[in-house]
Amino acid sequence: MALAFDEYGRPFIILKEQDQKTRLRGIEAQKANISAGKAVARILRTSLGPKGMDKMLQSPDGDVTITNDGATILEQMDVDNQIAKLMVELSRSQDYEIGDGTTGVVVMAGALLEQAEHLLERGIHPIRIAEGYEMASRIAVEHLEHIAQKFDFGPTNIEPLVQTCMTTLSSKIVNRCKRPLAEISVKAVLSVADLERKDVNLDLIKVEGKVGGKLEDTELIYGITVDKDMSHPQMPKQIQDAKIAILTCPFEPPKPKTKHKVDIDTVEKFQTLRQQEQKYFDDMVQKCKDVGATLVICQWGFDDEANHLLMHRNLPAVRWVGGVELELIAIATGGRIVPRFQELTPEKLGRAGLVREKSFGTTKDKMLYIEHCANSRAVTIFIRGGNKMMIEETKRSIHDALCVARNLIRNNSIVYGGGSAEISCSIAVEAAADKHPGVEQYAIRAFADALDSVPMALAENSGLQPIETLSAVKSQQIKENNPHFGIDCNDVGTNDMREQNVFETLIGKQQQILLATQVVKMILKIDDVISPSDF
Amino acid sequence: MAIEKILKDDASEEKGERARMASFVGAIAITDLVKTTLGPKGMDKILQSTGRGHGVTVTNDGATILKSLHIDNPAAKVLIDISKVQDDEVGDGTTSVVVLAGELLREAEKLVAAKIHPMTIISGYRMAAECARNALSQRVVDNKENAEKFKSDLMKIARTTLSSKILSQDKEHFAQLAVDAVMRLKGSTNLEAIQIIKKPGGSLMDSFLDEGFILDKKIGLGQPKRIENAKILVANTAMDTDKVKIYGARVRVDSMSKVAEIEGAEKEKMREKVQKIIAHGINCFVNRQLIYNFPEELFADAGVLAIEHADFDGIERLALVTGGEIASTFDNPESVKIGHCKLIEEIMIGEDKSIHFSGVEMGQACTIVLRGASHHVLDEAERSLHDALCVLSQTVNDTRVLLGGGWPEMVMAKEVDELARKTPGKKSHAIEAFSRALVAIPTIIADNAGLDSADLVAQLRAAHHKEGCNAGIDVISGSVGDMAELGISESFKVKQAVLLSATEAAEMILRVDEIITCAPRQREDRM
Repeated sequence: MALAFDEYGRPFIILKEQDQKTRLRGIEAQKANISAGKAVARILRTSLGPKGMDKMLQSPDGDVTITNDGATILEQMDVDNQIAKLMVELSRSQDYEIGDGTTGVVVMAGALLEQAEHLLERGIHPIRIAEGYEMASRIAVEHLEHIAQKFDFGPTNIEPLVQTCMTTLSSKIVNRCKRPLAEISVKAVLSVADLERKDVNLDLIKVEGKVGGKLEDTELIYGITVDKDMSHPQMPKQIQDAKIAILTCPFEPPKPKTKHKVDIDTVEKFQTLRQQEQKYFDDMVQKCKDVGATLVICQWGFDDEANHLLMHRNLPAVRWVGGVELELIAIATGGRIVPRFQELTPEKLGRAGLVREKSFGTTKDKMLYIEHCANSRAVTIFIRGGNKMMIEETKRSIHDALCVARNLIRNNSIVYGGGSAEISCSIAVEAAADKHPGVEQYAIRAFADALDSVPMALAENSGLQPIETLSAVKSQQIKENNPHFGIDCNDVGTNDMREQNVFETLIGKQQQILLATQVVKMILKIDDVISPSDF
Repeated sequence: MAIEKILKDDASEEKGERARMASFVGAIAITDLVKTTLGPKGMDKILQSTGRGHGVTVTNDGATILKSLHIDNPAAKVLIDISKVQDDEVGDGTTSVVVLAGELLREAEKLVAAKIHPMTIISGYRMAAECARNALSQRVVDNKENAEKFKSDLMKIARTTLSSKILSQDKEHFAQLAVDAVMRLKGSTNLEAIQIIKKPGGSLMDSFLDEGFILDKKIGLGQPKRIENAKILVANTAMDTDKVKIYGARVRVDSMSKVAEIEGAEKEKMREKVQKIIAHGINCFVNRQLIYNFPEELFADAGVLAIEHADFDGIERLALVTGGEIASTFDNPESVKIGHCKLIEEIMIGEDKSIHFSGVEMGQACTIVLRGASHHVLDEAERSLHDALCVLSQTVNDTRVLLGGGWPEMVMAKEVDELARKTPGKKSHAIEAFSRALVAIPTIIADNAGLDSADLVAQLRAAHHKEGCNAGIDVISGSVGDMAELGISESFKVKQAVLLSATEAAEMILRVDEIITCAPRQREDRM
């Protein structure tokens, strides 16, 4: 422990309550950290690739999540170890930045740590290893750029995009109908994308799920769905060419924010107040009717009287619509959100071709569809499926696919999947290592070995002989100088990923390598862990 | 070096074979639990709640049983979830879906033990499910065009659904009830329009369907007990003291006389409101909220029947049947639609008084009055009837019909077997297993009925090798019988939902190779 002696030889304590803290330092600390990181990677390793398995997670409240998505697994795992938390952080940042490849990045980091452990045993200083990794990652990223291909797509030719999304979806449980789902995702992204600026605002895509039906019933709605029904059961269920008033003020008498009291002390006052109140309701409804609205969507509730007046004037209305949905409706229909009745004008109304209420199943489940909007930039993906876990997992998968499609619109470079890019990088890094003088050479070579671990895990999960398959593919790549050979996970019969149409995005891959290297560097630099004891 | 602990203290992690074992065991345990309720001779379960009063439920409905269980096994939770969804989506087949998923997993367990990779099993199951669905959709009967035949189809389905429930003794009676009720809906699936009133007493045979509408309320004192050619205003408005809704308003007075004045004004206001309501030319007024004594007296004076405190569903249904609208303001009487009915009278069901609306304009809603010996019987009868109504209303929308009694399973099993023979590779084992899981359902039905299942299923399989065979298990006589002649039918939509969600759930559980259980949230002990 941190025990020091003063000039008279008396011990004194540096850390507060140090006898209650455990401390690891030097090589011990590094080894402990590495083994924690590896343990996390080992959990995710079997989820990699099209034949990867799922994990079942039971939350503290007993809810069950079944997923294949690395970020979700780690997020819900309730991790206690600090280094493991770093790995969780790592996969989360990949999720935020790219959206896909969250499993791959952790597996990559785990492999790098494993290699580092060997090097440490040989007595190489951790900083030298870190530097070597840094160099190697730079080589790998450059090499990726070198083997990347640009491909063309447009609003009419969406096939390449669909293929890439299919690669993402094929590792999920939804791979049964990956084609339709990929098409839905691509169409959704394209309809909200700004191709000029190469930007996609994914907030405009709403992913909604409802249990029941089957996965094939999942659909893309060019509009918005709201999980609400009309405020009065006898209002029309379908409105053509709706003009929508979007309100954030309740159909209730106003509540001034300043404190006030209205004192009633005479009969006259009582009566005037009553009349005012009635007039107030009448005015509100009349105002909506006057500007020509045919549908009122309101963030707040209605008073019974107002509700009936609306019904009476044949003005369908929806109440208690959430703020986010309200904004989406406003964007989609081109309307303005109106906070006060006085400010309602015809120009501020939103427009939609068709608004309808649809009911599901045997319980009284209703949803409101707002379609053919003036501004079709907001879309909804409506997922159906056999059970709640299925829907949740589909939502996550669609999210990944959407992110991939967005990344492709931002940068249309791709690399080939199936581990081919990793193998190719590994060859390049290996070759570079030999040219490098100094101790870093070992680290660079180790990096190349770590790159091999992704295709190795792919092969292992697909039930192939990992080492045999990897070496065969590697030699094939070198012999034919073709970076498109990868692991044939689906047993199609060819190793050429170009023929199998397995793509991944370039930025996704680059980010994976960079993030993994950074985290590993950080872990390697730690040489002292002080943690409070358990008791 | 010691392996670093990653997870929190109470969290556990199970990997590979152990994880798979845990989920198989959990799923199969659940299946075995509900298995005995399957089929016409299935047994019921008693559920006792741990809550206050230790309420007891006796039921045969899979969804109800599973909903009440407290389960810790995550795989079992998946099965419970699919049964819940089945209940919400189609209403029936909640037991079948769990049993099929459980059987699929049981077969998968054997395959995994024989060193076949779960992914291979999944792809085999997928192919088999697709093939089974096609086989079913080729053999459906669709009598959409022929109303007469379609009605008899509905009757058959209702009878089949009810035969496994407590109502099986009087299934003819209840099937007729359910079909009549659903036909009145005219294609809508809004089962809210069918009201089920439970009154203990009498026997199940005394249950009846009422064309009109029964409101479980009493008529106000001193008001007419019988109205012919009623004009009804359905309202949702405050008939107690009409509050001033403007925020912050309050009454502040400085003398007693002022209080009296204001009270007078308030009374005046209420009187005006009542006058306005009466001015609609009505002779019956139904309100969702309370009606205080004062307005009630005013209504009585005007000879208007006033009914207070009808619940919201009751109001909506009443609005549906009478064709009136639910009103909250009364200023323009000319434009408010008023409901009509021929006769309102107070009737006695058992010992309780209810208000009966008959000869209503729109025949969409109706009321089913259930009678029975005890609350438990009535509750179970309601659930059974609900199942039947759900299935029927779904069948009205999707008119395809199949035979029952294990016939669809055998048809699917045969097709799937054919597929297995044609498929090269390890998948064929999985496809074969799928067909075995399908056959398990008729086997369980036969077992539950105390029949020799091995013999019967073998006979059935042989019979199905002939083209266009209608053979199924006739539980009553204990032999293989012609399902078309016996009139046992099932809805295609239900069967398809059972097949697809069971496969989906089995696939989901199979894909798992690791279970991570987080530490349970610490609860404050209230003791």
